[in-house]
Amino acid sequence: MSLRRPAKNQPETFEFSSSSMEEADKIVLKYPEGKQQSAVMALLYIAQKQNDNWIPLAAMKYIAKFLDMPYIKVYEVATFYTMYNLSPVGKYFVQVCTTTPCMIRGANKLVEACKEKISDKENELSNDKSCSWMEVECLGACVNAPMMQINDNYYEDLDKEKTIEIFDKILKGEDPKPGSYRGRLNTEPENNRKTLMDIKNA
Amino acid sequence: MPKLKVNDIEVEVEEGLTVLQACEKAGAEIPRFCYHEKLSIAGNCRMCLVEMEKSPKPIASCAMPVAEGMNIKTNTAFVEKARKGVMEFLLANHPLDCPVCDQGGECDLQDQSMFYGVDKSRFKENKRAVPEKHMGPLIKTQMTRCIHCTRCVRFVTEVAGVSELGAIGRGEDMQITTYLEQSMQSELSANVIDLCPVGALTSKPYVFEARPWELKKTETVDVMDAVGSNVRVDTYDWEVKRVLPIINEDINEEWISDKTRYACDGLLTQRLDTPFIKYNGKFEKASWDEVFKIIKSKFENSSKEKICGFVGDLTNMETGYIFKEFFDRTLNNKNYDSRSDNRFLDNSERENYIFNSSINGIEDADLIFLIGANPRYEATILNARIRKAFVNNNTKVISLNDVGDLTYSYKNLDGQTQTLKTIFEGSEEISKEIISASKPMIIIGESLLKFNSAEHLFNLIKNFLKKNNKFTEDWNPLNILSCDASTVGNFDLGILNNEKNLLEELKSNKFEIVFLVGQDNLDFNKKNEFVIYQGSHGDKGAETADIILPGAAYTEQDGYFTNLEGKMQKAYKASYPPGEAKEDWQIINELAEVMNNRKLFNDKEELESSMFNYLKLQQEKRITNIKEKTNLEFQNEKLNIQLKDYYFSNVIARSSKTMVECNNSKLNIKSTGTEG
Repeated sequence: MSLRRPAKNQPETFEFSSSSMEEADKIVLKYPEGKQQSAVMALLYIAQKQNDNWIPLAAMKYIAKFLDMPYIKVYEVATFYTMYNLSPVGKYFVQVCTTTPCMIRGANKLVEACKEKISDKENELSNDKSCSWMEVECLGACVNAPMMQINDNYYEDLDKEKTIEIFDKILKGEDPKPGSYRGRLNTEPENNRKTLMDIKNA
Repeated sequence: MPKLKVNDIEVEVEEGLTVLQACEKAGAEIPRFCYHEKLSIAGNCRMCLVEMEKSPKPIASCAMPVAEGMNIKTNTAFVEKARKGVMEFLLANHPLDCPVCDQGGECDLQDQSMFYGVDKSRFKENKRAVPEKHMGPLIKTQMTRCIHCTRCVRFVTEVAGVSELGAIGRGEDMQITTYLEQSMQSELSANVIDLCPVGALTSKPYVFEARPWELKKTETVDVMDAVGSNVRVDTYDWEVKRVLPIINEDINEEWISDKTRYACDGLLTQRLDTPFIKYNGKFEKASWDEVFKIIKSKFENSSKEKICGFVGDLTNMETGYIFKEFFDRTLNNKNYDSRSDNRFLDNSERENYIFNSSINGIEDADLIFLIGANPRYEATILNARIRKAFVNNNTKVISLNDVGDLTYSYKNLDGQTQTLKTIFEGSEEISKEIISASKPMIIIGESLLKFNSAEHLFNLIKNFLKKNNKFTEDWNPLNILSCDASTVGNFDLGILNNEKNLLEELKSNKFEIVFLVGQDNLDFNKKNEFVIYQGSHGDKGAETADIILPGAAYTEQDGYFTNLEGKMQKAYKASYPPGEAKEDWQIINELAEVMNNRKLFNDKEELESSMFNYLKLQQEKRITNIKEKTNLEFQNEKLNIQLKDYYFSNVIARSSKTMVECNNSKLNIKSTGTEG
């Protein structure tokens, strides 16, 4: 649970970049006058995206001021939800699904790959500080199990070798292709589809 | 009004009440932890579960509004089982450390587990442990004991108005903390100790001092400010161990300020316990006979115009009255005053120096105008009431000065008395707002009354309000915010001298003998005056004195105090004066006996009845004695609020170690600037 408590080393300041600011302004506008504080969750997520997948204390203060609410209220929200990371997780944040379907299909091999390539322990940064991994509960892609999520992308139908390949690319700074690694389109059956053959774009 | 049945007893309650309140009305006691009358409803402890007909599950009575025809049962096996289950969950993670817990003996969890709990636990796993939190010098935390009722969080957010406490994390990891464990910056913070139903938040200065059943409890009133909060003083032998609030809906509701609660350790230190005489700049112990003889010879050897007397800010009315009688009858002289500054006072009418709208009236007001007052520091409990009005009724608050954070938002003006003048001449936007408000409140602080043009402005304000018919039978918009406990009482007793400026005369060293009773705030350069100081603490007054008469503090004698609204309340004796010290009225009475061979009063009862007679006569005299005044000088001044240092506003607070710590913690926060 180390990601639920703020990290020891904190940056001094935080500010929205111009694109984040634009996004934040758009979200704040969705709420009626005087209820802007409701935007806190979305803003925290924007801050997390901007800041390499984690939220420093300075960002919480910044958002509290942005929405004119007490610091502690933002802090409460940020510590409550598990998808906010309060410690650095690296530019590439790997989440490996280990819930039952993925586990049956060999998710533990993916975990092994993480341990080999990234770090021995969960939530620990890799040597070059660009990457970390954690086990998560079901990510909702059971049909393509086993799978993992890196930042916003899903990597599916994996095995240990393919996972290592992906990590190698990431660690070199390349962007590996998201999606199935057994040549499937989305969640279609393996070896082409078996039903609805007459509909072209089904 | 909905009718419902509670345990087959039919009750009719107001719309909008909760089932819990209805049950109480029907005489059925419901156990609870998170529910509190003065706070919003959380419904998270689940202890108040009751059975409702047609509901398959038990309902949380604190959060369920009453409805017509409900049939509630609180004494069935079903309810009992539900309570036992909740209790078992609450105790799963609660440590069994009652023998070393300060809450023991007055702990809701302890009491309720005795009544409603099971005698053993099925929880075999490890209990969770939570690190302690830093919450400032007043609150000791032991967060493993916390049951997450969130009363403290709701209190600081809703009543104290400083959102500094919160619940972080979730599930088993939930913890109550201040933001990054900074100390709480509220003058009401220690009320969370009373609110905490378990021993998670306990009193730091009182830690391991005593058990509640060992203490003698005395219900009395507080003197740390002029509000007159009702308190319970707990004593162990002579020592005042702690001060707790008692409920008075008209004054302090259920809260007291931190100063009221914690300045009591000042009653143990710096005390004057024997008469002293100064020889060659050094104080030496003496006997009462000796000092009385010296005082007598001094009084006899000086002309009566050269004697003056001042009463302080913590003296009770009996003392004030006998002091006045002593001057009137024994010394035959009217050189006495209770003011320590050039504060303007027109005591021809009582409404000129009290808080006329009353503290309860704040909740009815629709416009509050603060002039030269900072209620947060001058009357903390009253400020909490203004915040309540602001939160519930959205009452508009205007302040002439920018006085910093008052825990609610207000509009501030430029602080010039010229602005004030134009407003009350009726030509400003705010003038119209005051005119159109049905129940406006003008709160005038002591800072304004110290001004050169105070009289002009005061009359201007009063006349403006009169002209616009704001004085009605049930509303008086004029409010003076006094800061000290005995101010209004002393004015009622007429302990003032408006003919001469005694302070100026004192400063220019025109007197030979100065008699100070609990008065420590006078600024004068002592030359050849012979100063007699009577009081409880060795402070500024005692330092300048030639003779010290040890008196009693407010917890050590019975006595009346009139609060800023003009309500007379009696403070009761909880302890006794230390050493050879005596009750204040007794000292003056005995001194009078030495002087004239005759006591002023035979006993306390005679003194009291004489005082009440005097007050009654004074009240009747005032009604016939109203005069109009015009042509007063005005000059524009910048109004600066002269605040006494909040934590050191009187002798008791100045002697208190806890108040020093509070002050330090506040300064630390300011200097590190971590909040920005």
